[in-house]
Amino acid sequence: MRALRFLLRKEFLQIFRDRTILGMLFVMPAVQLLVLANAASFEVKSARLYVVDQDRTTASRGVVDRLAASGRFVPTAASPSLARADDAMLAREADAILVVPAGFERDLARDGRAPVQLILDAEDGAAAGVMQSYAARILAGYSAELGTRLHPALASVGARAEPPPRRGRAVIEVRQRGWYNAELEYRDYMVPGILVVLVTMIGTLLTAMNIVREKEAGTLDQLNVTPVSRGTFIAAKLIPLWSLALLDLALGLALAHFAFGVPVRGSLAVVFLAAAVYLVGALGIGLWVSAIVETQQQAMFVTFSIMMVYLLMSGIFTPVRAMPTWAQWVAQASPVMHFAQLMRAVLLKGAGLADVARQLAMLALIGTAVLTLAVRQYRKRTA
Amino acid sequence: MALRSPALGAFMVKELRHILRDRQTLLVLLLLPLAMVVLFGYALRSEVNDVRVVFVDPAPDAATAALRARFAGNGRFRIVAVAATTAAVEPLFRRGAADVAVIVEPGFAGRLAEGTPARLLLVGDASDPNTGSTIQAYSRAVVAAYQAELGAAGPGARVELMTRMRFNPRLESANLFVPGLVALVLTLVTALMTAISLSREKERGTLEVLLVSPLRPWQIVLGKVLPYLLLAFANVVTALLAAWLVFRVPFRGSVALLLFASLLYAMVGLALGVLIAAATDSQRAAMIGAMAGTMLPTVMLSGMIFPIASLPGWLQPVTYVVPARWFIVVSRGIMLKGVGVEYLWPSLLVLVTMLAVLLVAAIRRFKARLA
Repeated sequence: MRALRFLLRKEFLQIFRDRTILGMLFVMPAVQLLVLANAASFEVKSARLYVVDQDRTTASRGVVDRLAASGRFVPTAASPSLARADDAMLAREADAILVVPAGFERDLARDGRAPVQLILDAEDGAAAGVMQSYAARILAGYSAELGTRLHPALASVGARAEPPPRRGRAVIEVRQRGWYNAELEYRDYMVPGILVVLVTMIGTLLTAMNIVREKEAGTLDQLNVTPVSRGTFIAAKLIPLWSLALLDLALGLALAHFAFGVPVRGSLAVVFLAAAVYLVGALGIGLWVSAIVETQQQAMFVTFSIMMVYLLMSGIFTPVRAMPTWAQWVAQASPVMHFAQLMRAVLLKGAGLADVARQLAMLALIGTAVLTLAVRQYRKRTA
Repeated sequence: MALRSPALGAFMVKELRHILRDRQTLLVLLLLPLAMVVLFGYALRSEVNDVRVVFVDPAPDAATAALRARFAGNGRFRIVAVAATTAAVEPLFRRGAADVAVIVEPGFAGRLAEGTPARLLLVGDASDPNTGSTIQAYSRAVVAAYQAELGAAGPGARVELMTRMRFNPRLESANLFVPGLVALVLTLVTALMTAISLSREKERGTLEVLLVSPLRPWQIVLGKVLPYLLLAFANVVTALLAAWLVFRVPFRGSVALLLFASLLYAMVGLALGVLIAAATDSQRAAMIGAMAGTMLPTVMLSGMIFPIASLPGWLQPVTYVVPARWFIVVSRGIMLKGVGVEYLWPSLLVLVTMLAVLLVAAIRRFKARLA
């Protein structure tokens, strides 16, 4: 115990002496949140729209106006030539091309329906998908507006005698509501995920680097010939980083809540309990890596690739349930996924301990397994 | 000069041996791109095809049963619970066991028959805004189809939107990610590896030994950097081959131009790596610098995953100094759009300028240390 205390003191001293690490601990949460919380969004704010209006009527201008008024699309150029529009897209001067064919208004009045075409630059598929849904929503609104406006006109045009709307038709009135994030604020969803990335990076990477550094410098061998037991040594290595990662989470959460207005609906105690359990696994991975590699370079690449796969499959960036079944099973083994789910459930939905019991149990299970494996690997290598 | 060239050659051979001897790193470097191609190609999608529905039906009747059957019969939806009150919804959402609640009012069939609007409320778990609104749109479509079947098409005019996804009609995720992936792999191997490898020599003091050798500083840098350039190139070719063989990612434009651009981008990465190594004192610092200075911007600010158009206004100009942003324009342009130099020259020019500036800075920094 005495040995542990001294070793802990040494570790803390070493960490606090190293400016880079301190910078990483305190600046990184701020930078990551500032950049990532703003960057990690699929919302498209102003797509450049090339207008090919071959109809040139009130109705066709209405389409363009509605798209522009939404603020999502900015008409930057217009010409009746599709070829020129296509050229603009190839040159990356337009993100979307709107084609209103000739006879648009006439068809609308006569048949009650008329097509417009939206050509999207799907080179960036995420943005294209989002633009499509914006356009669909805007045009649905416009259609409804036209319906009420055009119908009296329809009678006067007399293109076709439309039967008057029957009374007593079956009508389903659909209302919809989005819970937990009614404003559809993407940032609220991403920030809990980013905090997970943050503590994972700090926990896993620093652990791996910290131990391998002693290996590379040869001080590990020196420690091995002292009466310090391996358990004590590992504990002394892990406890400081474990507590620093928790501190970082607290900093990140405070920043997210006070600077970005990310809601904290559930209990913080649950968040920190889960983080404490999760970090055992995250640090365990770092320990395991440090046991199998020899140099800091290797440590960083092995850790980096493990983390890359883990983070990408964790559901932080793309929904886990959109993955094929085999990949969903693989993701179950990733502590990152369970922790990210838990963070989002607690922070956004206000889930309690009982709601996230499954995730917590998985975290404990994975943490125990990883730490056991790592400690064993460690013994084998240094014995 | 006659003496220098063989020395440079020998130095490069030594560096290459260093790389080849480190099996672990080599394995990681060769496998990582492949793993990422597979991940991006198979695993990462944003389309949700398994929507879990809670059906809240306080007074079941013929119409609600038919509506429920509509949801159950749709391949995209799965009814996980049928409840009598809305109180059942919240716990399911909190546990993450359901995505959307379809809540119908009592007397649904009766209201439909007599023509008074039968009300239906769709409550979605919108904590993930994108998935949440997509799911609601799907649910609305199911209800609308049912309504159409009842013969209740709404009156009015309909502007029908026909969309065409140019260059990637089916929005294949492999097509979207592979061009960006090339940038990521190149950054990883060039900037990160060089920074660490150079700072390692610095940390161990072997760089001083090299500096007093007959090798000139630029030769040391060149000798350090060239093997990584080779490695990076091998990596790009494997990743592209995998993408092409497994996912049939198109190569619509010139492969030669793509390889040239990769080479250019790799050199920018190498220059950055040298600069970072020169500016830092320990491997750890170099690693953190390389992560924060190259990896993070490459992933977050290059348009690789998140569209640049989604960034807030103040952040968009920042992307101009991220080399990956320009490279991704080129790689996507070549692979997906099939355009050539005539459209891509501005981005290529930016990369060339960046390379020139970084090279001068790196060599200066390196020399200053020497003096």
